[in-house]
Amino acid sequence: MTADQGATRPVIQTRGLSKRYRKVTALREATITVPEGRISALIGPNGAGKTTLLRLLAGLAWPSGGDVAVLGSTPRQDPAFLAGIGFLAQEIPLYRRLSAEDHIGAGARLNPRWDAASVRQRLKSLDIPPDQAVGTLSGGQRAQVALALTLAKRPRLLLLDEPVAALDPLARRHFLATLADAVAAGGLTVLLSSHLVADLERICDHLILLAASRVQLCGDIDTVLAEHQVLVGPRKDTTALERTHTLVQAVRTARQITLLIRLNGPVTDPAWETADVGLEELVLGYLGQGAPPALTHLTTVGED
Amino acid sequence: MISFRLDGRSVVPPYLQIVQQVRQALRMGVLEVGDKLPTVREVVAATAINPNTVLKAYRDLEREGLVEPRAGHGTFVLRRPAGPPPGTHSRLARSLGRWVRGAREAGLDDESIESLLRVTLQAAAAEEIA
Repeated sequence: MTADQGATRPVIQTRGLSKRYRKVTALREATITVPEGRISALIGPNGAGKTTLLRLLAGLAWPSGGDVAVLGSTPRQDPAFLAGIGFLAQEIPLYRRLSAEDHIGAGARLNPRWDAASVRQRLKSLDIPPDQAVGTLSGGQRAQVALALTLAKRPRLLLLDEPVAALDPLARRHFLATLADAVAAGGLTVLLSSHLVADLERICDHLILLAASRVQLCGDIDTVLAEHQVLVGPRKDTTALERTHTLVQAVRTARQITLLIRLNGPVTDPAWETADVGLEELVLGYLGQGAPPALTHLTTVGED
Repeated sequence: MISFRLDGRSVVPPYLQIVQQVRQALRMGVLEVGDKLPTVREVVAATAINPNTVLKAYRDLEREGLVEPRAGHGTFVLRRPAGPPPGTHSRLARSLGRWVRGAREAGLDDESIESLLRVTLQAAAAEEIA
């Protein structure tokens, strides 16, 4: 399943991809690569450009600049391209008065490679009634119905926009287990956006970090984590360090300084205590860039 | 068949948690030679982790010579890790349990017990070097 990943063409590849809406730039020169078989996490604060990127990849929006290739072709709204793509938007696209079985029938008429048996089997294993109006199901069950229907297209790429944000922890776990199982069956690549880093850390092996409309990081999570380190030391000048490494974030107190750095070789100065970085720490470090100092922020909150 | 517990808060990466749990199960005799490990899909369905994580863990165990994949059948235990026989661990676990109860009765909390253990291990290591 994972062998030869280096040899096959990436499922998603963009270069300098940009999107402007009138005066607002939603995505600026995004260059990303997602190899086949990955479950990639698209992480970033609200307004960072996550939905814009997903819509560009799904052919629901046109780029203002740059190149984009998904499954080897340019995303567009035509049946040949869309047959390979599953897209699940933030608002779950189901007809509340219709049952899961009604949706299965409609899907069969619209999709050439429709796998109705897989939906019925997934819903059965999750104890979801197939003949009940989906509006009467729980939020978690509705999300599972939508995911099962999307997988019935047998897509090669699944794009999910905040699929679990509204679900409780147990429903979230079940949803992600269904997703991981679909990937384990082979031939599927997933890109999902979410705020919930703890969930993503379990299921994702690839990361795209967006902030302020730009791609900050893109790569396999193990590799990206290994390229970063936390340094703690007595407060001192970081100029020498910054000649070799990239300083991502610095937290200074009167006596101590804590740095998140992107490594360019080993850290040799024994004055620094080094530690490995977790995904959450890494994400917060990058998102903290350019944020207002904590005290200013707190003062503003207190004045409300 | 064993099941895996993945701790998201742990600094140990998920694939290594699986490797350690298999080794532990082999040492404790929960898994024996010839037993089948859960399939990737079974682990993924139970824990919602990335399938590549499970594959990576199984490949590590295979490289250690502890398990072997059999095409179309799954992954099977080939041998136990080097070390004392299974009974040794459970016997030591029982006597350590008695020691911990004694320490608690003497008023030590978990943090004190852990630091005492760490200091003792370090002292033993220093003795070995000397």
